[in-house]
Formats: sequence, structure tokens, C-alpha cells
Amino acid sequence: MSGEREVSVFRLWLGAVAIIALATTLLVVLPTLSLRDVPPPDGLAPYTADQLRGRQVYIANGCVYCHSQQPRDPSVGPDQQRGWGRPSVPGDYHYDEPHLLGTMRTGPDLLNIAVRQPSRDWHLGHLYQPRAYLPGSIMPAYPFLFERRRGTTPQPGEVVVALPPGVAPAGTRVVATPDALALVDYLLSLDRSYPVTRAETPR
Amino acid sequence: MTIGVGLLLATFLLSVASLGLFLWSMSRGLFGRGEAAGRVIFEPREVGLVEEPAGPVGDEDALQGVMNRTGHTGEFSVLTPDQASERARLDASSRMPVLAALTSAVIWLVLASAFGLLASLKLHLPDWLVEHPWLTFGRIRPAHLNAVGYGWCSFAGLGVSLWMYPRLLKTPLVGGRIATAGIALWFVGVSAGTWAVLTGHSAGLEWLEFPWQADVPLFLGGTLVGVSLLLTLQRRTVPHLYVSVWYISAGLVWLPILLAVAKWPGLHRGVPQAAMNWWYGHNVLGLWFTPLGLAAIYYFIPKTIGKPIHSYNLSLIGFWTLAFFYSQVGGHHLIGGPVPSWLVTLSIVQSVMMVIPVVAVGINQHRTMWGHFAALRHSPTLRFVVTGGMLYTLASVQGSLQSLRVVNATTHFTHFTVAHAHLGLYGFFSLVMFGAMYFVMPRVLDWEWPSARMISLHFWLVTGGFAIYFTGLSIGGWLQGLAMLDASRPFMDSVRITIPYLVSRSVGGALMTLGHLVFALHFALMLGRRGDRRGAALLRRPSPEPVGVAAGATA
Repeated sequence: MSGEREVSVFRLWLGAVAIIALATTLLVVLPTLSLRDVPPPDGLAPYTADQLRGRQVYIANGCVYCHSQQPRDPSVGPDQQRGWGRPSVPGDYHYDEPHLLGTMRTGPDLLNIAVRQPSRDWHLGHLYQPRAYLPGSIMPAYPFLFERRRGTTPQPGEVVVALPPGVAPAGTRVVATPDALALVDYLLSLDRSYPVTRAETPR
Repeated sequence: MTIGVGLLLATFLLSVASLGLFLWSMSRGLFGRGEAAGRVIFEPREVGLVEEPAGPVGDEDALQGVMNRTGHTGEFSVLTPDQASERARLDASSRMPVLAALTSAVIWLVLASAFGLLASLKLHLPDWLVEHPWLTFGRIRPAHLNAVGYGWCSFAGLGVSLWMYPRLLKTPLVGGRIATAGIALWFVGVSAGTWAVLTGHSAGLEWLEFPWQADVPLFLGGTLVGVSLLLTLQRRTVPHLYVSVWYISAGLVWLPILLAVAKWPGLHRGVPQAAMNWWYGHNVLGLWFTPLGLAAIYYFIPKTIGKPIHSYNLSLIGFWTLAFFYSQVGGHHLIGGPVPSWLVTLSIVQSVMMVIPVVAVGINQHRTMWGHFAALRHSPTLRFVVTGGMLYTLASVQGSLQSLRVVNATTHFTHFTVAHAHLGLYGFFSLVMFGAMYFVMPRVLDWEWPSARMISLHFWLVTGGFAIYFTGLSIGGWLQGLAMLDASRPFMDSVRITIPYLVSRSVGGALMTLGHLVFALHFALMLGRRGDRRGAALLRRPSPEPVGVAAGATA
């Protein structure tokens, strides 16, 4: 009896491993092989150290859970009409590790946010209190990326956030932390508006 | 484009052909003996006897009464005192690791519920609790997901599986201490990982947020549990491997492979990493949670009502088709994204093929329960497990539809997907685990649940809460998708339109959380041996008098 028994468990595991090997080949190995050597588009620069630090802030605070970074083809949705940019191509993500394509659009797509909102002041203020800029927004406020200090006179080395009146208590100034500045640096690097050739689009 | 289509077609034909080969080779010598294999969870003359330790003794008698009236087994059913005490010995053999796993499961259920409710509230109260980075939505949300997945669901699945194994193999658990050590390591891993997420050290990939340092204990812990089960498997005294054994054994092979590939350093970046991300994200559901959930369904429904599964062979087909098709569906999360279109199409095709295993499970479960639905009234285990099983069918059919481009166009990037995910991991998996735990714990502790009312309250709070949660969020997500697709409406419309539904989700989630607190309190009372041990002698009552005779006579 034992001989037959062993065969049956062995077959079970063999089958289980074979199935996952096939799935891994199709969904992981083949995409990696076919896209690994895609060169970065000419218009795309590597991230700077500050931008990479900002990218870590973006990851640490889970921006990806509400914002995608993958404008799609007009046949799939009106992403382009909303000003989110041309359909993205694999090369656009050449320097992205980890990837931040996202699966939710509780907020808008951000792959080209720097094109729509190139102002550092806007980004800093919007991170401090989104509803001061977009009434009805449900984006969390991020006061922990800023320091509130007494007095309105900027001290040397401080980046004071230019906020609409009434957002910060009177007689105080809101100073951006290095994390906030790095995050905005990263957001301002999100510009994939350079042209790509047809050959660079995925097939 | 033609290359893509050709490749797709070739892959598809290859997969269907190899699937056929699989079914043939796996079933060689197995078909035809299906009936015997389906009876392996019963003692030789036990079929026809119910087993339901979750309710008070009167309920078990009532359940037996229902089955005597509706069950057409046509057999004399007997569990001798020897058989009963042997089963007690088997149950005792897994006590330590099962208790460790299930207690951990309850702890993480409470934590995960707190994170989930907090995240839900924050979506419509964006200025609430914003001063501390660890409380920001973008950290609480992944903490919720990971606490649910690697905490509650994994512990519950491991605990219930460890408990089922000795019974399924009619062999005392071997290496119980190894398994307990595995559970402890798992606890370390999930604690460290959740801590890392909350303190801003997320690895950044959905379902893979834990830094690799936290995944190592998970990997080792899962392996240790697997070792214990493997040792038990080698000593088994049953001629047939019941289908639940297939699911559990395969799941314990798949999870370490998934983790190792996903976390291999320096291997993944850019778009291929996104493909890997959703290969993992969907496989952890399909090849880890789903097998453990189905293993429990295949054991607890037949065992509770004392009737073998309708078709054992169908359950094997269901097993292999599930493994085969489910493992390739991940790409449907990237529809419209910058990935090769063959990848997405392949995943859509396999998502639709998922109908096969789902129908196999659905038919099997339904035909087993058919005519006996009155039994639900007298069995807390059945109430939870059967509801969970039905929601499995619903979640899977919904998943197949949602992968179609025409449906996906609306649901992609919206809360609709979140509702769907909860239908699977909560409606199906969590409800099944609740039911299984109600059955298992009295056997583990030799103690009855202190309060039948609390079980009832738990059931209605979580099912009622979840109905609100799911309905509201699905409608809200769909409207959100329609608003986003309409270029003439500003994006903010798609945000505003969801608010009432996000609020309703918080209401549903609060009820679910309340239900979990009732369950956790009840569990704690049970651990503290509160209540009286009434009917304890009957907990494993042998049945000297044959029952089911009447059913036999009228069949």
C-alpha cells in the first residue's frame, strides 16, 4: 500500500509545482525577458538623489493607494482628455523601483502631475491642506510633513509655505520639512510628456 | 500584433492540452474509487451521524433529527466508543499549534478590524487624526490589508488546517512543536511587517508591503508548519487522500514559492515588476487563501451533516482547474496599462476559465446540502460555512465578469474592486473560518462555547454589516467608474459621488467590527473556561444506538 501512497502525494506536489512554474513563466519571466532591455526614452532623465528621497516619502505614506501612474489609451478611458498625458509606455518606468503603477483612482493619475501643476508652492500648500485648494477633496492633510512656528518672519534656510489666508493660525508660519521638499521634488519630476515612438509602445 | 495573438493562441492551446494531461495523470486510478475517498472523513459506519460541537447539545440532536428526516443514507450509523476515543486522541494531538494559531488569528482579526474601520472613516473624514504619520490613510490601509491577509486569514487557515490534518489522515499530528514554532515565527513576521508599514518602511508593492526582513520569518514559519504536515502525511493510515489534504498540501507548497520569487532581491523593477506584483497579488488569494478555505468547506459541510461530498471526482477536477486557471489571472489588474497586451489577454481568458472550478465547487457544495437546508437552523458551523461557500461562488463569478474589458472599463481603479476583494476574502474566506473555528474550538479545549446567543449575534452582525458594506461600496464604485469615464464631467464628480457610499461602508464596517469584538470576547471567555461544561460527556458522544434507520427505511 505504501508504494502507491507515495506516488500519489508525489504526483500532487509535482503537479502543484509544475502549475506554478508555468504561471510564473508566463506572468513573470516572459514579461521580464521581453521588457528588460527596453532602453529609457531620450526625454527621460534618471531621478536625482532628492527626487529619490521624495519617492520614498511617497511610498512610505502610501500615495499609491489612491493615485495611479499609468495614463491609458483613449480607447480605454478619457485619461488624455483629462490632461493626464499620453498613454504610458514601459520605457517611462525605466528608473522605477519599486513600480508605482497603482490600482486606484480615488485621486487623479499622477504620472504627469508636474505638467499640470508645475508650482512648488501649490504642491506644498496642497499637501498641508488639500481642501484650501480643492473644496470637496478627500485627500488627507499631511501636517506632519510641516512644522508650525511662531511668528511670520522666515528664518534663514526655511521654506515657508505660501498658504491661502486663514489656513494657518494667525501669527504662525508653516515651514516645509526636508521630507515635504523632497516629496515635492519627486512630484515635480513626474513629467512623461516627451514624445515616444510607436516602437516603444507595448505589444 | 499577430505575434501576440499567435503567442496567445499557442499558450492557450498548450494550457488546455496540458490541463487535460494533468487531469488524466492525476486521476489515473483515482476515478472510480471516488466514493470510498469521499468517505475517508468518516469511520466505517459513521455516515449518517452528524457532528456539531459548536451549539448546545439540544441543537446537535435537532440537527440529527433534521438529517434523519431528510438524509437518505439508508445505513445504520454507529460511532463506537473506541472510534470516539481514537478521534479524541487525534484531536488532542494538534491541540498546541492549533490553539496558538487560532488565538493569534483572533488577535489579528481585532487589530485588522481596527485598521480597516479607521481607514474607512478617514476616506470621508480627511482631516481626522492627521497629526501622526503612522495614522495617515496611506499607512493604515496597507496595515489593514496585511493584518487581514498575513494575520487573521493566514493564522485561521493554518490553525484550521493543522486541526483537520490528523482527522483527514487518521494519524496523530507529528511534529506538533515544529508547527507551534512555525506559528510563533509567523507571528513575529506579521508583527514586524505591520510595524514596518506603520512606521513608513513599506516596500511599496501592494500585497508585498512587508520588507524582506519580515517575510523571512513568514517563509520559515510556513515551511515549519509544512514540515509538520509532511511528517504526518508520511505516517498516515488512510488509503485515500481526501480533497482537503490536496488543497492544504498544495497551498503550503505554493506560498513559499510565491514569497521567494516575489522577494528575490534585485530581480524586479519597472513594468515587469508590476506584472510580478499582480502575479503574486492574485496568486496569494488563489493559491493560498482559496485552497485553505475550500479545504475547510470540503471537510466541515459533509462532516457536520454526516453525509459524504456529492461527487469526489468533481472535487478533484475542481482542484486542478482552480490551480491551473487561477494561477494565470493576475494580469487582469493591469488592463489598459503599459504592459504587453498578450499578457492581459491571457489573464482575461484564464479569468473566464475560472468558471469551471467555481462551478465544480458550487455544484458539489449545493448538491451535498440539497434538501438539508433546514439543518442550518441547528448548526452555527453550517450557517457560517454554507454562507461562505455561496459567497465564494458569487465572488468568483463576479471576478470572472470583472475581468472582461467591457466591465473592467468601468470598475478598474474604483471602490468596486475593493468591494469585490472583500466579497472574496471576507464573504467567502472569513465566514468559512468563523464556522470552522466554532466547530474546532470545543474539540480543542474540551469545552462548549459559553453562549449560543453570542454566536448568533456574531453571525448577524457580520453578515448584516457586510451586506451593507458590499452593497453600498459596489454601487458607489460603479458610479465612480461611470463618472470617471465621462470626459464631460470633472474628476471631482467621481470623488463627490462616492461620499455617501463611503459613509455607508463605514457603517457596515463598524457592524462587522462589532461582530468581531463579540467573537473575540466569546473566544476569550472560552479560553478562560467560562460558562459551564454542560454536556461535556456528550461532546464526543459515541452512539451505541444505530440512528438513521428511519431514513433508510423511507429512502
